[in-house]
Amino acid sequence: MNCKKYSALVFPLMSIVSGFVVGAIIMLVFGYDPLQNYGNLLVGSFGGAYSIGETLRNMTPLILTALGFAVSSKAGFFNIGGSGQYLMGWFGAVVVALKWSWLPGWFLIIVSIMSGALLGGVWSAIAGLLRAYCGTSEVITTIMLNYVALYFVNFAVKNWLAAQGHDSSATITAKASLRSPLLASLTSNSTLHWGFILALLVCLIIWIYFNRTRAGFELRSIGLNERAAQYAGMNVRKTIILAMLISGILAGLGGALDGLGNFQNISVSNSLPQVGYDGMAVAILASYNPLGIILSSLLFSALQIGGMSMSVYSNAPTEIVSIVTGSIIFFIAIKYAFEIILKKYKLSYPKFNIAGK
Amino acid sequence: MVQTVVEMQHITKKFGNLIANNDVSLKVHQGEILALLGENGAGKSTLMSILSGLLQPTSGKILINDRIVSIKDPQTAKALGIGMVHQHFMLIPAFSVLENIILGDEPHNYLGKIKYIQAKQIIKQMAQRYHLQLDLDAKVADISVGMQQRVEIMKALYRKADVLIFDEPTAALTPQEIKELMQTFRILASENKAIIFITHKIKEIKEVADYCTIIRSGKVIETVKVSQAGEEQLAEMMVGRKLQNNVQKQPVKQQKLILNVKQLTVQNNGRSKILNLNLQVHQGEIVGLAGVDGNGQEELLAALTGMNKVTSGSIQLNGQELANQSVRKFVESKVGYVPEDRQAEGLILSMSVAENLALKEYYHAPMNHRGILNYKYINSFAQNLVKNYGIRTQNVYETVASLSGGNQQKVIIAREIQNNPDLLIAANPTRGVDVGAIEYIHRKIIQERNQGKGILLVSFELDEILKLSDRVMVIHDGQIIGEVDPKTITAQKLGLMMAGKKIGSVQQEVTKSEL
Repeated sequence: MNCKKYSALVFPLMSIVSGFVVGAIIMLVFGYDPLQNYGNLLVGSFGGAYSIGETLRNMTPLILTALGFAVSSKAGFFNIGGSGQYLMGWFGAVVVALKWSWLPGWFLIIVSIMSGALLGGVWSAIAGLLRAYCGTSEVITTIMLNYVALYFVNFAVKNWLAAQGHDSSATITAKASLRSPLLASLTSNSTLHWGFILALLVCLIIWIYFNRTRAGFELRSIGLNERAAQYAGMNVRKTIILAMLISGILAGLGGALDGLGNFQNISVSNSLPQVGYDGMAVAILASYNPLGIILSSLLFSALQIGGMSMSVYSNAPTEIVSIVTGSIIFFIAIKYAFEIILKKYKLSYPKFNIAGK
Repeated sequence: MVQTVVEMQHITKKFGNLIANNDVSLKVHQGEILALLGENGAGKSTLMSILSGLLQPTSGKILINDRIVSIKDPQTAKALGIGMVHQHFMLIPAFSVLENIILGDEPHNYLGKIKYIQAKQIIKQMAQRYHLQLDLDAKVADISVGMQQRVEIMKALYRKADVLIFDEPTAALTPQEIKELMQTFRILASENKAIIFITHKIKEIKEVADYCTIIRSGKVIETVKVSQAGEEQLAEMMVGRKLQNNVQKQPVKQQKLILNVKQLTVQNNGRSKILNLNLQVHQGEIVGLAGVDGNGQEELLAALTGMNKVTSGSIQLNGQELANQSVRKFVESKVGYVPEDRQAEGLILSMSVAENLALKEYYHAPMNHRGILNYKYINSFAQNLVKNYGIRTQNVYETVASLSGGNQQKVIIAREIQNNPDLLIAANPTRGVDVGAIEYIHRKIIQERNQGKGILLVSFELDEILKLSDRVMVIHDGQIIGEVDPKTITAQKLGLMMAGKKIGSVQQEVTKSEL
């Protein structure tokens, strides 16, 4: 079954290439030079130590929201609440960092990160509990909880954290920050912080969780065939709740790391953070493989960071990048069409099970 | 000379290097019933997919009414009068029977308004002509599997099919429904329709088919006149070797009680699905549970595996009370279960053979060590089972979905027997597998019995029950209504009991009918 292993790489790569082609066509139609703009994009994302640092920093929350989505999806659940969970994580971490700033250095960081992650976990566990005990669709509940999170955080920031008439909290103390002089000096003063290293570590942990642990085996079994898993004696309810909890913890961790490493405070926002939704795309592009998520989040992050410089060095609008990412997701979604094309040109093996029952 | 309706000449179909059909030829005449007999994976379905336009042959010719045709797609097949009734019905559950029949070919006026009344009349007349009982206004979701099949048949007839292809039509039917279907076959044949049906059940062929084409490994072995061929001859041609019949049942001495079900009641939405049911299984015996589908078998199995809660009563295994315990508790109390629907309940299709084999033991040592699974052990464990149980797979990392039905069933049986159960529950263990695999599964079940295991066999195949069981219990309407001796009971008597007649009255009726 080598073909299967290849196809796991072939389809995403074909989608990515097709996405760039679509972007190029649109640039041509509107009179921009695709080669020059894609060149700028590349330079903007990988062109120097600073841009690399920014790209990696931007990867951090993407990796974690994607992992969160992957965990719930493996269990067969569609957790669209990554955005709200991320926001709760961000909020939880910053609140602790601000209010308990008397705690000693590293301890403060750990407690802040943990409370952020936990708040994200609680947020999605609500949907998990409702699903497990009442059969409520997690799609609906997680979407609704996103808005509850958004308005709750806005309310809390405005009333409890921000000074009168301001829209954002104070900046957290330096000892609670994840920024590091070392990482900054390595990347010509980019905002790269320790959170990135932690995110990579979590990828590895989740890979082990999926592929090597008893709990991961149960998670995958239930996601693939709940009834057979039940017959094997697995506790479906427990696993669902656990999966949703872990899923939310990961998204919350993404928010916590972004809050402590990138933003250093929290402010009122008009809309839900986009990173929660981008994480879903990243996870789908990687077919929920935690190690694949590192690669696909690198791509998304590079597009986002590089896209900003596209409009700096030429007059092409940054929105081109959104078209490219959108197209990539579109092509992933119509994977089936690629399968037919591959079959036609015999790049893949035939399905043997067509031949009789 | 009767008109030849379908003739396939030297059809070869290749998928890459795999030859699914190799120089296959067959012929069907008007009013004739042709059975296509072969094991799983022999190439029957591929051949019929070619005829119905789903696949294109690599080489060979197809003649319809003596004219060479090229069947490019299912629409062409339909236009040529070829109708297919698939094993898994292609119906829309939320639509009525009438709507399903006319779907895609609705009679309508120039504004597009569907003429339901006219359609209904036409279909009513056709139903009368072909003796097909249909409730046109019922929703497909609410009707029985047998009627759903009749809807499929009517769909094909409504589209003026002259050739009807059936893919394993009896796989999901009850004995009564099978009988009705056979009757329908005869009526259709008498109305000059040609019928091709794919099967691996030799009894049905003997009962209804005129000719039988035997296919093995993609090649036609022979086409025989059914009236001139014996059942065993057909079976041997299909599998290509002599079948070893019957593992000897050894008498088992110790008769320790293993399963003791007392006064079991299971209610669902306030209705009693099982009422005060008593059932015992001893060491070294096979207890067959005979009954028409839907008489509480499903609920009993769910209670005996811990899947569903019971309302009252007790389930004791080796003296230990297990009613309302978790599934895992049942597994650990040494209850093995071969579920009825292997793909939905027994296996996780997109997982590997190894992981499926580990499904009942993954959580404890030596497979699990502090939450981390020992895949090295799991894989070698699986390799052993694959070898010992003759599971045909390239390696243990293949997905179970890539195995044939018979080999999938072997995976389940290997797993359940490996776990060394005291009680083995088998629910329709041979459903939809070929003769070779049936033979193997029966042998394994008897072997387990000979080793002193208690076995509860629930099956809709009366032959299977009568062949394997030491005792037969008849279930009707959630109650055991009698126990019979499989050696002396006739199928007729058993059939009456399954329909709800108590033993006494059965004796009377049988004597009456004999007079």
